[in-house]
Order: sequence, then structure tokens, then C-alpha cells
Amino acid sequence: MKKPYQSLEDNPTYNMKQVIYCSLTSKIFSLCLVLLLSFSTSLIAQEGDPVNGKSLFNSNCAACHKLDKPMTGPALRNVEARLADEQGLDRAWLNAWIRNSSSLIKSGDAYAVKIYNEYNQTAMTAFPQLSDQDISDMLAYTAAPAPEPVVVSATEGGPVQEGGVSNDLILGALALLFALLAMALVLVNRTLNRFAEAKDIKVVTEQEKRTPLWKAFVQNQFLVLVTAIIFLLASGYFVYGYFMQVGVDQGYEPVQPIHYSHRIHAGDNGIDCKYCHSSARVSKTSGIPSLNVCMNCHKSISEVAPETLAEGMDEYSVDYNGEIQKLYDAVGWDGTGYTGESKPVKWIRIHNLPDFAYFNHSQHVEVGGIECQTCHGPVEEMEIMYQHSPLTMGWCINCHRETNVKVKDNDYYTKIHEELSKKYGVDQLTVAQMGGLECGKCHY
Amino acid sequence: MHINMKKATKYSVVLAVLVSFMSCQENSRPNYQYMPNMYESIGYETYQESDAFANGVEAQLPAEGSIPRGDFMPFEIENTNEGYAFAKANLTSPLDSTQIDYDRAGPLYGIYCGICHGNKGDGKGKLVQREKILGVPSYADIGRAITEGSIYHTLYYGKNTMGSYANQLNEEERWQVVAYVQKLKADLEK
Repeated sequence: MKKPYQSLEDNPTYNMKQVIYCSLTSKIFSLCLVLLLSFSTSLIAQEGDPVNGKSLFNSNCAACHKLDKPMTGPALRNVEARLADEQGLDRAWLNAWIRNSSSLIKSGDAYAVKIYNEYNQTAMTAFPQLSDQDISDMLAYTAAPAPEPVVVSATEGGPVQEGGVSNDLILGALALLFALLAMALVLVNRTLNRFAEAKDIKVVTEQEKRTPLWKAFVQNQFLVLVTAIIFLLASGYFVYGYFMQVGVDQGYEPVQPIHYSHRIHAGDNGIDCKYCHSSARVSKTSGIPSLNVCMNCHKSISEVAPETLAEGMDEYSVDYNGEIQKLYDAVGWDGTGYTGESKPVKWIRIHNLPDFAYFNHSQHVEVGGIECQTCHGPVEEMEIMYQHSPLTMGWCINCHRETNVKVKDNDYYTKIHEELSKKYGVDQLTVAQMGGLECGKCHY
Repeated sequence: MHINMKKATKYSVVLAVLVSFMSCQENSRPNYQYMPNMYESIGYETYQESDAFANGVEAQLPAEGSIPRGDFMPFEIENTNEGYAFAKANLTSPLDSTQIDYDRAGPLYGIYCGICHGNKGDGKGKLVQREKILGVPSYADIGRAITEGSIYHTLYYGKNTMGSYANQLNEEERWQVVAYVQKLKADLEK
């Protein structure tokens, strides 16, 4: 599947070409000279190095251009050949455009103006630092044939399906085995009984006359009393346990309208929690990010990497690309621009304190310097978000009793720290000693 | 045989009852509450659904032209190429050197910018290294030749594939980050 790339990367064809050029007679050489004189750039065009071109393209162009899909700027696959065929524009024009497109537009070049207007008058950054060689390298990269997407998806689908089938197969085989075993046992039992009947052997069924167990039990009053007490205590324990967990949503894991993986975003890609939940720094709530925050990255990431896609299908049976599409539908993004037709995403809120309890994120995150994971658990490992902590009052209080306030290098606390540490005779103050247990701090 | 069957049915009934109890603990829906009217706010909450507005959500954008209370200066440079050029040439930071706080700006930069632009500003952030986002330029890029004003304009409106950070950073924080980017740029150009 990687063949077309490899043949270019390995460069055998290019080396061969060069060898042929070199070994040809002076006729060709003189022709080259003529070409060089008349049209110096086109010679270089044949010597572009697509490998170097790829890295140059990725670091300079890929912010706005994809090879096969328009983004901020047009798609660039075979751009040189297309321009030459359709517009009659040569490498000199491309060089001028890449190095400084705006001066080309100002000079009134017809095609330059046309493409500028076509792409919403977005000014392309000037790249005066790119040499002729750099540009021909990049153009060689864009001239590489497109990889065939069908083949890629087929090879991906293969192992995924295979894994699923083999798992099911093993389970099915096991179930069949157990069914056979059970049937065999029943059959053996039946044949044995039949033999016994035929040979006139009485199958011993213990039917001796004696007081049944339950009667003996009822007659022993002490045993009844002890059992009753144990039963009451046990049921008390369970009833208490049940009533105590009412209103506690620990482990709550609703199905969200868009399958958003914190594992991929915060874990694999290491995006800071506060990138999306930016209001946790400055406000009471941590906020559900608005979709424009998603689009900061997903404007350019419309598809996940093939491995990620396969992983999602395999382990979570989720099509990540489909989920990104849901985002685009909600925010009204058609691949190159906003359509203006957006609809709200009905996220389901997981962490929810009762209305009568006050909690402030910024106070904990900014002032207290508490890590998000302290309360929310290992979010960077969660494929599906769930509530990690019980969020009960006992849990809050416990933390306030155990956590030391970070008073170091904080002028705000200097005075109160001195006074309170004298009062309690301690060096490190806990939140509780600073008043973190007062009712009115959270309930008012 | 008969007795066994009876026993089996008894056990299975007990098991079924137990299982039905266990299945009450379902994680895909919230638990029961004692007094829901003490748990749930009577007033609208931020992200709640609401019939009051056409788009069905309680959270609405501020009315066109409204400004926040307090120390607020509108940003009047437009989101156009001309606006960008104007900001690049003319816009300067309102922060003087004593107000610039790299200890605060550094972490902010790390959260919002470093993930793509790299913690050194060389355009090699984690997302770029993992080839999720490509083509992020170094701050020292000659073709762009960024200035204080152009950084702020880009931060405010976004540019090309980069989005706006106006809703994640307030005005003062934006200027702090601009100062930090200037510092990174100077370090890169050394």
C-alpha cells in the first residue's frame, strides 16, 4: 500500500535518471545548457527531492494547505502540473507567488487576483527564505501520486474484523463445548438409571424418617434468637449502606451525544485541562467548552490517524471520524468555512453539586493550586468520562482536614499564617485550621 | 430428581432477585436523590435547556454591542488583512515593563500556545511532533516578522487555521502572553 511513496523515497528511479543524464552525449549536455540559459528553473524542477520536500511542506505549508483537500488555501496535489496545463503558468510564477504573493496580487496578475478572491482574500504568508531548491523539493513532494484510500481502509478493516470474528468464534466454541458436556451428563444419568431399572437395583434415595432440619431449627430457641439478631444486624448494615449512597453519583458515566475521549486529548496529546476548561482558572464553574474551542484544533484535524481509528473501532467500537463529523454538524463547518447553521450539543453534566452547597473552581485551581486529578481522578486515562469522587460533604471535609495551605511566597497569607500558626502551635496550616470547616463557607 | 428441580428453581429465584437489586445500580443514569428540590436549582442554570429562547438553550450570547462592566476597552481593529497590517504597524502593548509578569504569562502560554507552538516558540509543540497539526511556524520566521501588534491581533481573531483565543484569555492575560511570545522570539533570534 505504501509502494508509491517508497519508490520515491528510496530514490532508485531518480538515481537512474541521473545516471542516464550523465552518460548521455554532449548533445544532451548542450541542450541542457540551452535550457539552463533560457529557463534556469525548469532544470531544477526535475531534481526536486520529495523527502526533503515533505518536511519543508509540513513545516511551511501544511498549516493552510492539504494535498488532496482545500483548507485555508487550495489543495496542492500536482499543483505545478495543473497550473502549467490549466493556466499556462510556469515555475517562475510559482516562485514569485510563494516568495511574496501579495506583491504579485498588487501587480495585477490575473490568476493571482482570481485565486486570492476565491479563497476569501486570505493573504498567504510570504516565504522569502525559501531557495529555488527548497521550492522544487516541495513541488516534487506535491507531485507524488496520491495514496489509494480504498486500499488503506481495506487493510485496516481486515485485522479489526478478524479480531472480532476470532473472539466470537472462541466464545461460541466454548458455549458449544459446555452444552455438549451438559448433554452428555444428562445422557449418562439417564442410561445409568435405565441400567439400574433393568437389573432391578434400587437406586438409594435417602428418605429416612427423621425430623426435618427446619423443624429442629425452630425448636431450638437460642439458635432462632441468635439468627434473628444476626439477620437484623446484617439487614441494618445493608439498609444503612443503601440510604447513605442515595444522592451520591460516584461512578456516574452517562452516554454523551458526542463520544469525546479524554484519553486521547488530555492523555495521548497532553493538552492541558485548562486549555478547554479555561474558566476553571477564573470562575466558579469549570465550564463545558464551547465548540469554537474544539475548532481551534479540529479546523485542521478532520480525521484521526489510521491507528487511532483502528484502536477506536477495536476497543470501544467507536468511529472517531464519525464523532468529529458530529462536531462539524453541530458547529456548522463544511470543511472550509462556517455555514452559520449551528445547533447546541446536549452534553450531559456529570459532576453536579447540590444547589445548597457552594463550590468554587478558581479558588481551588488558581489559589489552592490543586491538580484537577485530585478530585476528578485519572481523567487522562478515561475513554469515557465518569465521576471519580463521591463529592459528598464527608469527602470535602476530609480533604480540608488533611491538606496544607500553600502559604509559601504568598503575601496574602503572611499575616494570618503567623497568627494562626502561633494559635495552633503548628508550622503548616491545614485548610480546616484556616476556617475550612465552617458551615457558612459552603452553606449559606 | 423432583426435589432437586424444586431446589434449583428456589435458588434461581433468589439469584434473580439479587441480580435485579444489583442492576438498580446503573452508571448511565444519575442516582436517586432525597429531596430533589433542594438539589436542583429553581433558577435557570448556565447550560440548561430552556423554552425561553429560540435555540432552546439558556446560555445566550450578549446582545450585539454590549460591553462588560469595569475597565473595558473595545478592540476596534478589524479582522481583515488591512486590520492585521494596521495592528502589525501601530498596535502596542498597554503594559509597561513593570506590569509584565513572566511567571504568570509562562504558564498561560504553556496551556494555550505551547501545545502547538512549542514551549520555546519554535513551532514544535507536542501536537506538531505527533503530526496532528502541521505547519506551525517558528516565532522567528522572517516571512511573518511578527510584532507586538500582530501577535495580539492573531491572538484576538485567530489567523488561518489558528482559532481565536479571545474567550479563553482576558485582555490583560492576552497582553501578558504577547509579552511572553516577544521574549521567546527574542530568545530564538539570539
